[in-house]
Amino acid sequence: MTTATTTSHDDHHHGPEKGLMRWVKTTNHKDIGSLYMWFAFIMLLVGGAFAMGIRAELLQPGLQLMEPQFFNQLTTMHGLIMVFGAIMPAFVGLGNWLIPMMVGAPDMALPRMNNWSFWILPFAGGILLSTFFMEGGAPAFGWTFYAPLSTTFAPDSTDFFIFAVHLLGFSSIMGAINIIATVLNMRAPEMKLMDMPLFVWTWLITSFLLIGAMPVLAGAVTMMLTDRNFGTAFFDATGGGDPVLFQHIFWFFGHPEVYIMILPAFGVISHIIPTFARKPLFGYSSMVYATAAIAFLSYIVWAHHMFLTGMPVAAELYFMYATMLISVPTGVKVFNWISTMWRGSMTFEAPMLWAISFVFLFTIGGFSGLMLGIAPADIQYHDTYFVVAHFHYVLVTGALWSIIAATFYWLPKWTGRMYNEGLAKVHFWWAVVSVNVLFFPQHFLGLAGMPRRIPDYSLQFADFNLISSIGGFAFGASFILLTYIVIDCIRNGKPTTARPWEGAKGLEWTLEPKAQYHSFNTPPSRKLIEAESQNS
Amino acid sequence: MFAFAYAMVPIYDVFCEITGFNGTTGRVDTEQQYTVDEQRKIEVSFFAMTMGGFPVQFGPKVRSMMVVPGKFYTASYIAKNNTGKTVIGQAIPSVAPTDAALHFKKLECFCFNRQAFKPHEEVEMTLRFVVEPELDKRIKDISLSYNFFKLDS
Repeated sequence: MTTATTTSHDDHHHGPEKGLMRWVKTTNHKDIGSLYMWFAFIMLLVGGAFAMGIRAELLQPGLQLMEPQFFNQLTTMHGLIMVFGAIMPAFVGLGNWLIPMMVGAPDMALPRMNNWSFWILPFAGGILLSTFFMEGGAPAFGWTFYAPLSTTFAPDSTDFFIFAVHLLGFSSIMGAINIIATVLNMRAPEMKLMDMPLFVWTWLITSFLLIGAMPVLAGAVTMMLTDRNFGTAFFDATGGGDPVLFQHIFWFFGHPEVYIMILPAFGVISHIIPTFARKPLFGYSSMVYATAAIAFLSYIVWAHHMFLTGMPVAAELYFMYATMLISVPTGVKVFNWISTMWRGSMTFEAPMLWAISFVFLFTIGGFSGLMLGIAPADIQYHDTYFVVAHFHYVLVTGALWSIIAATFYWLPKWTGRMYNEGLAKVHFWWAVVSVNVLFFPQHFLGLAGMPRRIPDYSLQFADFNLISSIGGFAFGASFILLTYIVIDCIRNGKPTTARPWEGAKGLEWTLEPKAQYHSFNTPPSRKLIEAESQNS
Repeated sequence: MFAFAYAMVPIYDVFCEITGFNGTTGRVDTEQQYTVDEQRKIEVSFFAMTMGGFPVQFGPKVRSMMVVPGKFYTASYIAKNNTGKTVIGQAIPSVAPTDAALHFKKLECFCFNRQAFKPHEEVEMTLRFVVEPELDKRIKDISLSYNFFKLDS
């Protein structure tokens, strides 16, 4: 199976179609994976541009660049684009590229639906972004779109936002169904569930979260739609509804959603750390059970986002303790990664640098999350920059970090070429320093009481905001270098071998250096699966 | 799960009624008898708000009263319509702390129905309530607030 030839060639009979229509009509999991990744990258740059606007306005106290209304549109769209346009599609892209190769399947189980679930995305993203040019401007009520801000007091463009969220939900659910079907039906016959690589496991569990959570979001926005246009009163107190009900429904989706964005990241890190520590993953089965435990717990902690809505003490205590419970399986994972590195023969290529900084920085985000989960302390922290710092540590230096790590780690397999290691290291240090300059001072701002989503602030916050903005511009600029490194790798990278990382395990490394257009037309043997298993 | 999102609407209503979650007050249908401890006193404070340019002046007649748990009391709010048009509104009640909401029961209340205010009319609106003796001993103060919303026509 292992071929070390340096020339990549497409399958003789079913090569990709020529020209632009290849990308429109493709049903190939690798093509669709690439489309997802590029779409996510473009959305990352768009959402990043919004963030630059936000940081530019917050560079100094007072209003310099924009009206508060436009500032609110930027914060709202930054959140929506990053969550639904960048992070989620990037993980679906990784899943598309990697899962069939990792389970020894020729393609995804439902290739035509796969094409559709991708091609919904650019339209949904386009509709969402087009609201900027509508009368009344884009939605400006925050990415959490609490009623009645998003029902009674919202601009007309909100209906377009609702439609876009519906489309994004369709796309995610179809992607999740596809991944479940692939993992359960297309897996190599000789591969048992506990032979599966952790990225496959985490994505399988994430898919169930998606199928559970996204329809609830669809329900919430549908209620908004009928409240706005058809005279219902789900969230309107005058008609017997309740705005707080919106928060319950939203966070019943919203909390699983944050694990949708982090569980695949745990999978990625569980591949990279064993590779560069040259040791098997410590505690494979505990990793699987911890992932499942986190997924279950994510459904029963939602109201910790709502400690200030006036809950009985008993409910606050329950949600506080249930939230704290999540740190147990998460701690299992962090300690397993550290144990994997313990006494390993470590080297620090770019993917490993990203992975180790993930473990460190994600844990900081996890700890600030624990602080926020303490109900009495949350009265002080709620809706301050401390919350902003917290979720950027878990989503930027967590989810996004793992996506960048995965890109460097599997780029040789996707392109058959090696990226420029020196430049990648420069980029890493640039990004890891600037991201901390950007987000760490926001902890202090929040503890001192600076509220989030406000374009102006009082003078005592000026210094930390200046530091944060400088870090923000530096971090934003680092993506120019990232773009260059990736394109340079695709065009001019040195041809690589089938297994460019000597410690790497997994069926994908048994394919040609640039994975062939159709892989695993015959399923891998039991012997090969055992040799490449993480569970050994 | 889509249906579940809709199912959450009635589930939430029932849940709030049973637990007093979200400051939902309870109702009683008759002046039932409670065991009364005359020594125990609780201060009930009354608050009023209006929402979204509601053109009626609205406030409690007395700011607070001392009540004995288990006894029924009547309190009233004054509303004055300053406009030359009939205004229709609905009051939404809320009780804090939420742990007290479950034991704050109303026999009758102007918030049970929508209210019509004739032009330049001043009305006194009443509610009759009881604080049940089962209320947590640690709670000494209860706040009752009403928020008036304007209804179209």
